[in-house]
Parts: sequence; structure tokens; C-alpha cells
Amino acid sequence: MAIEVNGKSYDTDEEGYLADLNQWEAEVATAMAQADGTELTDSHWEVINFLREYYEEYQIAPAVRVLTKAIGKKLGKDKGNSKYLYELFPYGPAKQACKYAGLPKPTGCV
Amino acid sequence: MAEPWEDEPEGPVRKFMYVNRRAPYGTIYALESLEVVLIAAAFEQDVTLVFMDDGVFQIKKGQSTEAIGVKNFSPTYRALEGYDVEKLYVSRESLESRGLTTDDLVVPVQVLDKDQLAALMEEQEVILSF
Amino acid sequence: MAMLHTINKSPFERRTLDAALRHAVKGSGILLIEDGVYAAFDGTIVADKVKAAMADHEIYVLGPDVSARGMSEEHVINGVKIVDYDGFVDLVTQYDKVQSWL
Repeated sequence: MAIEVNGKSYDTDEEGYLADLNQWEAEVATAMAQADGTELTDSHWEVINFLREYYEEYQIAPAVRVLTKAIGKKLGKDKGNSKYLYELFPYGPAKQACKYAGLPKPTGCV
Repeated sequence: MAEPWEDEPEGPVRKFMYVNRRAPYGTIYALESLEVVLIAAAFEQDVTLVFMDDGVFQIKKGQSTEAIGVKNFSPTYRALEGYDVEKLYVSRESLESRGLTTDDLVVPVQVLDKDQLAALMEEQEVILSF
Repeated sequence: MAMLHTINKSPFERRTLDAALRHAVKGSGILLIEDGVYAAFDGTIVADKVKAAMADHEIYVLGPDVSARGMSEEHVINGVKIVDYDGFVDLVTQYDKVQSWL
């Protein structure tokens, strides 16, 4: 599978996750979100960028619980809770945000 | 039905020990173990990791796998703390016979003698060996 | 000409290195690859065995497998030669035949 963004094609797996993390560009995230009917705001980007940094450091996508805790530590307690993250990413913060960030599906994610 | 952001009722928590005895890249065991550990941790189980025999090589600092075309998963061991997996033990004998010290390792560990490891194993409810 | 023996198993876990050394005639080469590279490092319980074998054999270790495992030249026993993939190919052509111990 693949998605087209600005005339460029990006390979994805069958669930729409980017095949090659290094191919990621901000436009890819925007296009993926658009396809889901979501307009990305600064709050979305905060989480997406956080996920990319997390992956860069640990080479995995975090589980929801870990993401929530880490976001709270980094961006403040008001953002470090599941409700906030689910409102931003209604399909599930780990799954949906990871996808936009170009990360593979988190381990242990159901 | 609960909203997705509400915590699910807590299930039983068991004491899981993962015994890692293989070097990281020659076989798939080390990576498989790490994935299973992350899953158990995501389900908030009481997780203990033991690195013994060649398993101590899994957490050797400075791994650089670019030239062999395999993903370097050693940074992931440093993510375990965020998963509340903080009980990491290393066999003293295994470390010493391989010329390593705790300074060579990517994560803080507790070094145990074989008798201490044996006692720790006896305390577990589930032991998975890789 | 001589034979090149490649060993890809950890000397701490398997007896592959011992078996190879026992059956390698003087002048044959030993190339450590994959988990076999753990035999090439100094300060371990197998280092003396490898040093002793150097009297009869040229011993090589594959560099990319060394760095993958978080080791570097400074850990490698003095006299063990580090080769890259091109060097691996050169060895295969330089020696008569290859025995890949598994």
C-alpha cells in the first residue's frame, strides 16, 4: 500500500503505517490526518513531535500508559492524562498519533 | 460501557521473570524477549529481568549495527524505566567471565551471585526463559 | 593451500570454536563472525585459548559484527586481525577452501 502526498508516493503497511520512518515529512502527517477527517492543531503537533523524539531515543513507540505519563512530565499535568490525548486522537492516542508521526504500531497495542 | 480514556478495572498482577541468556544479534531470542517484556509491562505486570550467560551482551553499551543492516534495539532497554520495569538483575559470574563490568552496560542493574538469583527465581509466579 | 574456518557461535555457549581448533591444521585460518566474534575479545575466560591458537593460526574477526555488539578495536586481542566485508571476500579467495562451522 502507499499514500500520495504532493505527487510523491510513500509506502505504508496494510494498516496505513509508514513503511520507512525516515521518509516521514510533516506533510505526510497532515495528509494522513485529513484522510481521517482531522485538522492538525499545535496540540496535535506537540504530541506527534514528542513521539518522534521518543522513538529517536528509545527505538520504540510507547504504550499509551507510558506516553500519557511522559507527556505529563514534559508538557504539563493538564496534558498528561488519557482524556486529553483521546480528545486529540479519538482513534486512540498511541495508534493514531504514532501513525501520523511515521512510527510503527506500538508494541502491546490492541 | 467505559469511555476509552477511563482506566480499565485492574486485572490480576503476577510476578513475571524474564531470563535472558542469549547474545543480541546472532539469534532472535533477545529481541523477542524484549517485545514480550514490553507487552507484560504495558499490562502493568510485576516484571523482573535477569541477564545471565550471553544475555549480558544484550545491554552492552556502544552497539552500532549500521554495518550489519539490523536494527539496534539496545536503546529500548533504557525505555523500560518509563514502563516501570526497574528490577534488572545481572549475574556476577556471567559478567566477570566475559570481561565486563556494570560500567559497560546501558542501564543501571543490580549484580547478583548465583545463590541470590536462585532465590529470586523461587519468588516468581511465571518464569520465561529466552 | 590452507583452509579457512569460519565460526559463528559464541564460545561461551557452544563448543564450536573448540571443535574447529581441534580439527584445524597448522597454517589454516580462523575467521570469527556473528556471535563467534565474542571469542576475539581480551579479558574473557576464552581469551587465553584464542591467544594460544594464534601460534598455529592466523585469526581474523569481522569488524561489522564487532561494532554491532558494542565492542571496538581496543577490546580485540592483540594480533587478531579485524577485517571488513571486502576483507572477508579476500580471505575466501586467498585460502583454498572454506569450512563454515555451525
